[in-house]
Amino acid sequence: MADITTNTTQGPRGPKPKKTFSRANIFLYGTLIVVSMYYLLPLYVMIVTSLKGMPEIRMGNVFGPPMEVTFEPWVKAWAEACTGINCDGLSRGFGNSVRILVPSVLMSIVIASINGYALSNWKFKGSETFFTILIIGAFIPYQTMLYPIVIMLREIGLMGSIGGLVLVHTVFGMPILTLLFRNYFASVPEELFKAARVDGAGFWQIYFQIMIPMALPIFVVAIILQVTGIWNDFLFGVIYTKPATYPMTVQLNNIVNSVQGVKEYNVNMAATLLTGLVPLVIYFASGKLFVRGIAAGAVKG
Amino acid sequence: MTVASDSPHRRTKRPNRLFKNWMAKVASLPMIMTALFVFVGGTAWTVTYSFTGSRMLPKTKWVGFDQYERLWETDRWIISIKNLAVYGGCSLVLTLVLGFSLAACLDRKIRFESAFRTIFLYPFALSFVVTGLVWQWILNPDFGLQSVVRGWGWESFTFNPLNDPETVIFGLLIAGLWQGTGLIMCIMLAGLRGIDEDIWKATRVDGIGTVKTYVVVIIPMMRPVFITALVLIASGIIKLYDLVVAQTGGGPGLSSEVPAKYVIEYMFRAQNLGQGFAASTMMLCSVVIILIPWAYLEFGGRKRG
Repeated sequence: MADITTNTTQGPRGPKPKKTFSRANIFLYGTLIVVSMYYLLPLYVMIVTSLKGMPEIRMGNVFGPPMEVTFEPWVKAWAEACTGINCDGLSRGFGNSVRILVPSVLMSIVIASINGYALSNWKFKGSETFFTILIIGAFIPYQTMLYPIVIMLREIGLMGSIGGLVLVHTVFGMPILTLLFRNYFASVPEELFKAARVDGAGFWQIYFQIMIPMALPIFVVAIILQVTGIWNDFLFGVIYTKPATYPMTVQLNNIVNSVQGVKEYNVNMAATLLTGLVPLVIYFASGKLFVRGIAAGAVKG
Repeated sequence: MTVASDSPHRRTKRPNRLFKNWMAKVASLPMIMTALFVFVGGTAWTVTYSFTGSRMLPKTKWVGFDQYERLWETDRWIISIKNLAVYGGCSLVLTLVLGFSLAACLDRKIRFESAFRTIFLYPFALSFVVTGLVWQWILNPDFGLQSVVRGWGWESFTFNPLNDPETVIFGLLIAGLWQGTGLIMCIMLAGLRGIDEDIWKATRVDGIGTVKTYVVVIIPMMRPVFITALVLIASGIIKLYDLVVAQTGGGPGLSSEVPAKYVIEYMFRAQNLGQGFAASTMMLCSVVIILIPWAYLEFGGRKRG
């Protein structure tokens, strides 16, 4: 609530560098503030609902601040909420998501950075063809590849396990990350590469000693891109894992949309907020880099 | 052959060209395998098996176009396609209009620009599941927006899209726009920043109004940005799945079903693989239909220019 009110009162009133209250400016700030309310409303509603008790929710309105702040819904969402027969809350999904996230992010970035490096500095016959296939593959709806991957995972015995999902995330993260790294390495001056070659450095030496230290910012962008993407994934989680290994998003959906029992909206919103917390923290902490990451994702055309 | 002559690193001539750059080839194996087995192989496999009568397990009992005929006779699929068309059309237009307008507002040298940008973009960091669940709660008829407005004294106010088959798609649209416009705004803003300041000076000298300048001068100049945005929005629309599952579950009844959901229901719940394959092949076709004109515009145009 505090956010909204301070914005509303301060926005247009602050000292202006040039013009004072022109009609156009009032209109401009008015529009921006109204639109901001639409964007902030859900976050605000999530927070206040998760801090209310059920009786208050039943009588009051969703927009009102809590009269009595209680953290019980948060505790319940984390440790007691039920999905089917399991009643150990979202903590299990959180644990699964972390165990999926860390290896997926590491593996996809390592593989993609090597790909990008090979594609920009060590071109071989057909390398561009494979890259083109990879980029086109990013546009193919996942639905067309879901079942063949089920078969592949069954063949190697990883269906339903966290390892299988890690593999899937690595594969589907590859197009965009490879593009990201390829474009970055291509911008590295070629003289540097040639000089290292003359000095007798090989494929891995140049990669580890020259390319990686220079590419640190792009690694950060890739990490942001992958962490939010993998954490937010629902489709692969629901298909390639089983209830014991469900990631947080899938478990959240099962908790909130379960048909049995009385609906506890405050617990639901606490659970929703908990699931959204990781990407939100990354978003607010990374600032400009996040924008750079999505811009990199956007220019894949 | 071309490798040896193109490569800038040729110093020694090796006898076997397959082993030239062999380390790069080994290092690229994951990419090569992904491209060949998952992307090409997987897609070809699904398209092939869409011509079989597979049910619980994939099998090669060829049935020609039967699955497709049945698909287009299934009400659920027709509803899904219609829903996607309505959602897609509205989402495309509104995202572009909203995204561009917001970007234009932020580009007017305003104060607190980065605060506004942060606010407009944060929903993009959240998953569709979170988005769907929050809006499900806000649009809840008994406790949400509708009851609040009624509580203010407007007793007959009715806004209950999630339980009304006629308007449920617009309930999804509100949530989808909330999540996705920030991204398009960011792209548009980057495009606007790339426009020369002199253009503005010139239009001011000519006495053209601000709004007219945007419509007549700026938007035509931003054609490539709009095309990128269009492709992004369109590929997102076809993938629409998580949001529906979380927010409405396809209901009430079948009124908010979408093709991506149809595919997954038939493949993994109804154990009718052939139908799932046929439906996913149709999704692939729709992507191809969108991408070919785009590729033509992008790469055909580049050759001319």
